Amino acid sequence: MSSLLASERLDLIRNKYRPTVRDYIPLIFDDFFELHGDRYYGDDGAIIGGIGYFKGTPVTVLAQVKGRNLEENKASNFAMPHPEGYRKALRLAKQAEKFHRPVICLIDTPGAFCGIEAEERGQGEAIARNIMEFMTLKTPVISIVLGEGGSGGALALGVCDELAMLENAIYSVISPRGFASILWKDASREREACDIMKITAEDLVYLGICEEIIPEPDGGAHISADETADNISKYLDDAIKRKLQKGIDELLIERYNKFRKIGEFDELV
Amino acid sequence: MLEDLFSVVKTRFNGDDKSPQKLRKNDIPSDIMFKCPRCSGVSFMDDFISNSKVCPNCGYHSRISAKERLEITIDKGSLIEFDKNMISKNPIDFPDYPEKQAKLREKTKLNDAVVTGEARIRGLRVVIAVMDSRYMMASMGSVVGEKLTRAFEYATQNKLPIIVFTASGGARMQEGTVSLMQMAKTSGAVARHNAAGGLYITVMTDPTTGGVTASFASLGDIIIAEPKVLIGFAGRRVIEGTIKQRLPEDFQSAEFLMEKGFVDMIVERRKIRRTIAHLIKLHGGVKEDE
Repeated sequence: MSSLLASERLDLIRNKYRPTVRDYIPLIFDDFFELHGDRYYGDDGAIIGGIGYFKGTPVTVLAQVKGRNLEENKASNFAMPHPEGYRKALRLAKQAEKFHRPVICLIDTPGAFCGIEAEERGQGEAIARNIMEFMTLKTPVISIVLGEGGSGGALALGVCDELAMLENAIYSVISPRGFASILWKDASREREACDIMKITAEDLVYLGICEEIIPEPDGGAHISADETADNISKYLDDAIKRKLQKGIDELLIERYNKFRKIGEFDELV
Repeated sequence: MLEDLFSVVKTRFNGDDKSPQKLRKNDIPSDIMFKCPRCSGVSFMDDFISNSKVCPNCGYHSRISAKERLEITIDKGSLIEFDKNMISKNPIDFPDYPEKQAKLREKTKLNDAVVTGEARIRGLRVVIAVMDSRYMMASMGSVVGEKLTRAFEYATQNKLPIIVFTASGGARMQEGTVSLMQMAKTSGAVARHNAAGGLYITVMTDPTTGGVTASFASLGDIIIAEPKVLIGFAGRRVIEGTIKQRLPEDFQSAEFLMEKGFVDMIVERRKIRRTIAHLIKLHGGVKEDE
């Protein structure tokens, strides 16, 4: 396992050759069809949704899209979804429930988009709705953080039966930059923030938030997208089989309890 | 998000004055006079307080403590408080967090940023939760998440309506990703209360932002807001930084949110108690002795 500091992992996940969902989807799924739109407002390029086979099993895939170049990033808004992105994800998750397909969420976002239109269309409500609805979605949900898991914008695809993280991925309450800017009024202390925030995969396993760490090739995922995709597939194969064996009622109780137990407090007597 | 809340309050409340903080300190004795941070109007502190801490000039509903909120909302002496002695640990070993908490506990006489319990409103049984912005801007960490979750679970088990007065800067950074997960934990408890057919009323007060807006606050069956309060997901400064221009004054106000379709009604502070009682009755709530 990686012995890198969180700030060193930040460099890896920002490496411009780090594979994105556009690389992984064709490597992991067969006959993938993208499905567009939230049916209320529009289609958000920051989240890809669609259906395909995973090793012969039909699944629904919801994935945040980092661009590999400026053009792709313009189309995907640097993986920062608007409310319609979350509403599209919810629509497709409900569809998956109807057709008894497992849902696979691939998380890779600095956070939900912060802008006028996002506020006007209810960014907070859209995220809240997803969190609540995914909690009772009657089909298995597996979430994997591929790179950045930024804040509520990540959690909106992160309410799941099992959370896995790529070895160098991070998952945080706010971006390290935002954290530094609030606490020290100095966004340039981002790396320092990174190292005290406890946001690596190992930290989150320790905190009971992440269940599984998926290894990356030596040197990081960009060394070989194929090898990383293979590792993701191996994990998914196990995880989906495990969850499909369970009855829905049992699954939902376990999902509730997965989040129910997180938190550290004392009760004085 | 949280990072901007403080500057938002400063810029929105101070208007374009050069150094209003200083002016206020020197010119207006704050124990006798109230200067409204919204309209800058000055009124007697007695008038302000007897008006439930609503600015007599412009109607801005200022922040009040959980204790004050309970006094004007529930039947006198009816509160049976839950989990009064729950205090936070330090899940990510954040520097100085325990010391900061100890100081705040001393100063506010609160153990964290939310008070929960069972109470009566005009004789009707309810579960109530009130967030108190004096405690770390009522940010949500383990204690806020756990107390709210337990309150929802209690309401579900006892088939009671639940009323939550929200106010928050968002998730509590000092507890890291553990805080983020409280959004999922509380929303899960809302989902179960919802599935059991329970009534959940949110009352959004100043300020309701960040991870609280993006979880339980936005999930009420009925969402009430106090006039002119700040409600939003992202912080004003972040958005201004993104779009490189200043936002209109009423952006993210309760009125703005209602216009956009995210708030059911705006209710003045002095009418909230009776409004809640009416709504509970409409949902079949009965008085204890009926």
